[in-house]
Amino acid sequence: MPLEVLVVEDSSGDIRLTREAFRDVNPFIHLEVAHDGVEAMAFLRRQGAHLHAPRPDLILLDLNLPKMDGRQVLAMIKDDDILKTIPTVILTSSEAEADVLKSYQLQANCYLSKPMHFEAFHGLVKSINDFWLTKVKLPQNEQGDAPEPSIDTGHERSPKKSLGTKSLGTRRNNESDRRKRNGH
Amino acid sequence: MALEVLLVEDSPGDVRLTREAFRTANNSVRLHVATDGVDAMAFLNREGAYADAPRPDLTLLDLNMPRMDGRQVLARIKSDESLKTIPTVILTTSTADEDIVSSYRLHANCYFSKPVQLEDFESLVKTINDFWLTVAKLPHEDLTAAVVPKDGKSLGE
Repeated sequence: MPLEVLVVEDSSGDIRLTREAFRDVNPFIHLEVAHDGVEAMAFLRRQGAHLHAPRPDLILLDLNLPKMDGRQVLAMIKDDDILKTIPTVILTSSEAEADVLKSYQLQANCYLSKPMHFEAFHGLVKSINDFWLTKVKLPQNEQGDAPEPSIDTGHERSPKKSLGTKSLGTRRNNESDRRKRNGH
Repeated sequence: MALEVLLVEDSPGDVRLTREAFRTANNSVRLHVATDGVDAMAFLNREGAYADAPRPDLTLLDLNMPRMDGRQVLARIKSDESLKTIPTVILTTSTADEDIVSSYRLHANCYFSKPVQLEDFESLVKTINDFWLTVAKLPHEDLTAAVVPKDGKSLGE
């Protein structure tokens, strides 16, 4: 089964570089792209056009994005019971100490600065691939299955089944909220 | 500048292997060892004998240890405002899916299973060194944050 990588990046140049570099270092990766934070969250929550989106094995997240920036996306991912286990690597042009510290405070799995030069960028993608996609043990999560929407009976989540209804994202949020209210 | 690595590990054999592997991989690493979870928390909180302990740049954390296991240490680190930013890498013999998922759920930065073969172990330490101590950007402790002593009393009381 191919590994799924979600790249959240607004620069088409950087998207292209990333795609080409991954193609070189690991042809078995399936790369998906979200161009802003709103699209990223819709993808991760399988909403709208992203209803059948695969669950990523790894997220590469830029910080400075339109509509919703990477810091907010990071906070939302790491606060979400279902999404928090996905390794989320910040990949940004910012080298600001404040951004590095804030990202780790928000529980980014790690922080990488994008190099300016092509070869260095290619080398970084290779490092990401070698480390995160070959050596690290990744969590085996609910591959491809969306959580079943909760019926208002209790606090336990029912076994996961894929549903194919458009309101899945909303139900998932309600489930997450309900679990939080119930102290999970 | 030295890089401070805290190894939390109860097996003397694995401590020795790790020390030697880091020595080969990176001269600038200063390895500190805590042999169980209680020791680890004392080191991180700079308590008692560890009053002058440096803040680690990276923590390597075994899961199965006496007195306080790695899962509890991880939970405490990642819920502590001051300690949570220290990259914490699980390095354990366990390959159990539930250990992997629960470690990520507790915000472990990443998870490795210890290899059985010596050369593979050395290679893994090199991998950890190369990625975390040369490629990744590490956080620096926020020295502008107010210092609150661990007993909750404010300074001067």
